[in-house]
Amino acid sequence: MVKITKQAKIEYLHELMEFVSNNALRHGFSQKKIKEIELVTEEVLMNIISYAYENDAGDIEINCWKDNDKRFITEIVDTGKHFDVLSGKEPDLISDIDEREVGGLGLFFMKQFMDDVQYQREEGKNILTLAVQQD
Amino acid sequence: MEIVIGKGEKAVVVSLKGRMDAVTAPELEKQINGFIKEGESCFVINFENLEYISSAGLRVVLVIAKKLKPVNGQMLISNLKGVVKEVFEISGFTSLLQIYETEEEALKQM
Repeated sequence: MVKITKQAKIEYLHELMEFVSNNALRHGFSQKKIKEIELVTEEVLMNIISYAYENDAGDIEINCWKDNDKRFITEIVDTGKHFDVLSGKEPDLISDIDEREVGGLGLFFMKQFMDDVQYQREEGKNILTLAVQQD
Repeated sequence: MEIVIGKGEKAVVVSLKGRMDAVTAPELEKQINGFIKEGESCFVINFENLEYISSAGLRVVLVIAKKLKPVNGQMLISNLKGVVKEVFEISGFTSLLQIYETEEEALKQM
């Protein structure tokens, strides 16, 4: 398992995403799968950066590994306010330009691209675990 | 993300390269807003060399489309491919926006 910890700030977004994609690459995942993992990771990280700590400083910790079922696991941990992304609203995919808003796509991308998503609240931590099966 | 802008007779052609994410998408919004303020209202956005678009990128595309509607402007999208195309499709953006296979085809519609 490898780990990175950074402050929950947008200037670290690229570094955190590269950490995840480089590890997925190292474990032999395809470019397509890696981009799908990145799409979901960006949603989760931006949620934490934008909302988890309100005006306080806080960290994001990411742990990556490949499990015995050849799944790439990305575990994203923050100590901000309780937030279960899985309880979020569904996105609007059908309204026209005037009505449409881009919201809820994070959850939608998760359901589309991940093979399993688990959320736990433990000792003041939000722990989101994303699993993607290798092709 | 690299943004290359060419001003044609009928439209401003914006070619994107690299990755459009939460960090880079605001730059596209800023540049297009600049053109709209100068009175431009027709845009072709060529996605040929864009490798990645997240929901932050989709949001900017939508914001531009919304801004152009009241001024009878147009934003045509061309050359979607790979994961970027997939993201447009699953988000329902392909039915929301005018999308063409090539930049030439898009320009013909102007």
